[in-house]
Amino acid sequence: MTQMSEKQSTKDADMTDGETQDFVTFTIAGQLFGIPVLQVQDVLSSYQITRIPLAPPEIAGSLNLRGRVVTAVDVRIRLGLEPRAEGAESMSIVAETEGELYSLMVDSVGEVLPLLTGNHDRNPPTLDAKLRAYSDGIYRLDDGLLVVLDVKRLLDYGHKSAA
Amino acid sequence: MDDLLSEFLTETNEGLAVLDVELVKLEQNPNDVELLSSIFRLMHTIKGTCGFLGLPRLESVAHAGENIMDKFRSGDLVVTPGGVSLILECLDQIRVLLVTLEQTESEPEGEDTDLIARLNAAAEAGGGSNDEASAEDLEAAFAAASVAAPTEDTPAEAPAAAEPVAEAEAAPAETVEPKKVEEPKPEPEPKKAAATPAPAAKSEESSVANQTIRVHVDLLENLMTMVSELVLTRNQLLQILRGQKDSEFAAPLQRLNHVVSELQEGVMKTRMQPIGNAWAKLPRIIRDLSIELGKKIDLVMKGADTELDRQVLELIKDPLTHIVRNSADHGLETTEGRIEAGKPEVGKVILEAFHEGGHIIIRISDDGRGLAAEKIKKKVIDNGLATEAELETMTEQQIQRFIFKPGFSTAAVVTSVSGRGVGMDVVRTNIEKIGGTIDLSSVEGKGTTLTIKIPLTLAIVSALIVACAGERFAIPQISVLELVRAASNSDNTIERINGTPVLRLRNRLLPLVSLRTLMHLDTPAEPTKIDVATDQVDAPEAEAGAGAGAEAEAEVKAEVKAEVAVTPAPAEAAEKSADDQFIVVTQVGNYTFGLIVDRVFDTEEIVVKPVARILRDIQMFSGNTILGDGSVVMILDPNGIAAATGEVELAEDVDDAATERHATRAGEAVSMLVFRAVEEAPKAVPLNLVARLEEIDLTKVETSDGQYVVQYRGQIMPLIQMEGAEGLKEKGRQPVLVFADNDRVMGLVVDEIVDIVEDRVKVELKSKRTGYVGSAVIAGRATDIVDVGHYLTNALNDWFGGESTEAFEDANGSRVLLIDDSPFFRNLLSPLLSVAGYDVTAVESAHNALKLCEDGQDFDVIISDIEMPGMNGFELAEAIKNNTRWSDVPLVALSSFATQKDFARGRAVGFLDYVSKSDRETLLNTLHDTLNEVRGAA
Repeated sequence: MTQMSEKQSTKDADMTDGETQDFVTFTIAGQLFGIPVLQVQDVLSSYQITRIPLAPPEIAGSLNLRGRVVTAVDVRIRLGLEPRAEGAESMSIVAETEGELYSLMVDSVGEVLPLLTGNHDRNPPTLDAKLRAYSDGIYRLDDGLLVVLDVKRLLDYGHKSAA
Repeated sequence: MDDLLSEFLTETNEGLAVLDVELVKLEQNPNDVELLSSIFRLMHTIKGTCGFLGLPRLESVAHAGENIMDKFRSGDLVVTPGGVSLILECLDQIRVLLVTLEQTESEPEGEDTDLIARLNAAAEAGGGSNDEASAEDLEAAFAAASVAAPTEDTPAEAPAAAEPVAEAEAAPAETVEPKKVEEPKPEPEPKKAAATPAPAAKSEESSVANQTIRVHVDLLENLMTMVSELVLTRNQLLQILRGQKDSEFAAPLQRLNHVVSELQEGVMKTRMQPIGNAWAKLPRIIRDLSIELGKKIDLVMKGADTELDRQVLELIKDPLTHIVRNSADHGLETTEGRIEAGKPEVGKVILEAFHEGGHIIIRISDDGRGLAAEKIKKKVIDNGLATEAELETMTEQQIQRFIFKPGFSTAAVVTSVSGRGVGMDVVRTNIEKIGGTIDLSSVEGKGTTLTIKIPLTLAIVSALIVACAGERFAIPQISVLELVRAASNSDNTIERINGTPVLRLRNRLLPLVSLRTLMHLDTPAEPTKIDVATDQVDAPEAEAGAGAGAEAEAEVKAEVKAEVAVTPAPAEAAEKSADDQFIVVTQVGNYTFGLIVDRVFDTEEIVVKPVARILRDIQMFSGNTILGDGSVVMILDPNGIAAATGEVELAEDVDDAATERHATRAGEAVSMLVFRAVEEAPKAVPLNLVARLEEIDLTKVETSDGQYVVQYRGQIMPLIQMEGAEGLKEKGRQPVLVFADNDRVMGLVVDEIVDIVEDRVKVELKSKRTGYVGSAVIAGRATDIVDVGHYLTNALNDWFGGESTEAFEDANGSRVLLIDDSPFFRNLLSPLLSVAGYDVTAVESAHNALKLCEDGQDFDVIISDIEMPGMNGFELAEAIKNNTRWSDVPLVALSSFATQKDFARGRAVGFLDYVSKSDRETLLNTLHDTLNEVRGAA
């Protein structure tokens, strides 16, 4: 949490009562998620993807983004949700972690929202274990809740067994 | 200016800059050994290079500085600010000399006796006294300075006192150094006095060093990325152009096309360099050495055009120079020595570079005297690196490897050429820094070969693009031997042995691997479930038992069986176009196999990019790449595929002797019981696993819990049939192999016992079918080796349920680490141990075992084979006992032959017991006793 407020956007907060941070929002299975905008490199809608045999099921494949190899991860499967319906549209958010690019496949990408840090909450302890492991807290919005996805933890396969 | 010289200037200036920083650090942390070594190495490199370039003045200064550093390093001197200042002063002097060198291409006249004397005095006296040097010290300084240029003494004395007079022409310098006369050199301009350039140094820095600029690799990487992007865009444009006729864009696009191509090439070039660049200095070095040492040396360089990533090249340059220098200096004998030894007068140093299996291999060999084990031993003991007792138990190669340890040198005298024990240490450190390995093999009297293996991560390789199930893959061209098109009506047909595809290729049987199956590109049918309803067909016939007609009947059965076996084979169903497939014949080390793919495209030059971290544990891929059309493909790793498909003799070991030893080992004679069951193909089990051969009366067979059982010696014995067998007949007699495991017995139902053959068994094709270890040629016939452990586990687990370990309560869950290079014995022993209640982990080499140790795994007992390629059992035991967490874990040696000497040696290195491999009973008892002992002691 403290780490997040440090990374706040330089943009002046247009709200008077507190600091804001910008998030790229997206939905997976109807749930609203967010990733700090500074971590996002790109948003892709469709692209050619190469399957990677023998990879974990959530690895959708790899793709070429301006000459760099990007590994596509299906966030739905990573979170242990049902796979996307056959033929359903998906979008991707490209984020960099530890020098490697990953493309996070989500259902749809929304707008960038400035969120008041005051509206941030810890994960409720009752949250699904997988979601809790990859989430960095919840934001209370007027029309719902937004789960902050921690990209680094989401892609940290070193602790696969622990997660 | 001479290339060599300008490179030297650039390098030395860099080295000095680093030294400045490090020395200051050292002053703050005088006890940082790492730092000390690093400074010493830098100093050593500078001194060494000066020596070869014929720069005696620089060399003597550097040598004196190095002397002090050596004292610091060995702890004879305490690092004091005074001492550091002195060294810094020495560096400054080197800089001054360098500036003149750059301007005039020769060293300034004059001597640095004062500085050297002070340096030496400090080295002798200890502490950083700046006082005047004694006469002795002066002499020592001259001695040190004159090693490279012995004639220098007298004439050098004069200019020493007269530095301002150094304007004198180059002529005296040439008389001073006879070596230089032979080198064509432009007449140096004698315009500046040696004393004056000091201020100039500040303002001008070094113009040569500025001729090249150093660019961060990241920048090049980015540039390359952008160029790739540009190439893709160009390709798209060209594609569009092709669809349009008479476009006004045609001409400019054509130009763009060319420019982009050149740009791409250029950017690629910035990163790749032929290894020859790193070798450029060597002929000169060898030439100078041969004069200095009075040896005749022939330097042979092969594969100089092998391309290496620039960064990698930079890092191996110094190690290579060191090695070649060492080979010439220490490795080769003097001309007289060679004649005496009956060798050609001219000694040879051979330098080779080539690609192999995704690595770049650099091999430096000489035909000199080789490494003298005795000398090394003595040195090792003198330097306290190991005790005599420890050395006794080491192999020759282990002892030879001591030359890679810091502070080790075999040269009797410390000369200016080498011999401070820094060389090989530097070499190893630098190579390991870039993820490479260095190995050496040496035969005393015959010569030494050093093999450096550097990963190829950044290099450009040529790759064959293939497709399978619609996915494309790249295979490094270097491992591809040939391509074979397999069609059902041609000579090249894929045949199957028990579902394992093979290809007859020029009278050899080539094992095949289906890429489709390997990559799970389809979900293949489970190959083992083939008990199709052939029961009814065969049952009446089979009643005849093992009679005279058995063979004919077995043949009928086998045919039926063969058909059955073929249809559900995994690849068959999926690869319906079986008559039009391609086989990529691939070679890894000495192992050749065929990879079945659907299509073969072109070869392409690819840039290997490492795969994402989360995919790194998939051993089938060595990286990924972006093809010309912009798509990403995975690069197959032939090594990984070979390892995953059963070829386990891929130990990275290239040592011939070890391979030989291994070959004889793998082919040990074993008594095999050959029998027939289910199908015609003969099957075999090791005879010593079989307790008895019995014929049971089928009328006595009962059924219990869905399983055939028979009362046998007052016990209930489960009868197990081979996979795919039909039910038992009602009456008659049935041969049964009885396996006993303490008080548990199991009968394996067979059709006919054929023979007992003592033969060398080498499992050639590893089976994918459960219940089989693999196939081997026994008595001239391809025979399936049955995995007894599989059946034992099946039978006894089913039978005894959860209480299968009652006989060995202590075994319960005890973790056993089994190390054996032979897949045959591994597959044989690990199931046996599992059945006995142990939790078995089997690995094929000592290295893998040590890796487990590093990974933090724990075991209660370790069983190791002795004869293994690479690190053998004794060495492993030593390694474990010496410095791992496992030092308290009991060790049991496993060997097929054990002499009294072996016993003694085994005990000495820490094995508690020595068990014969084929003696299962003793092995289990030994394990039992060992564990009890340890527990009792605890």
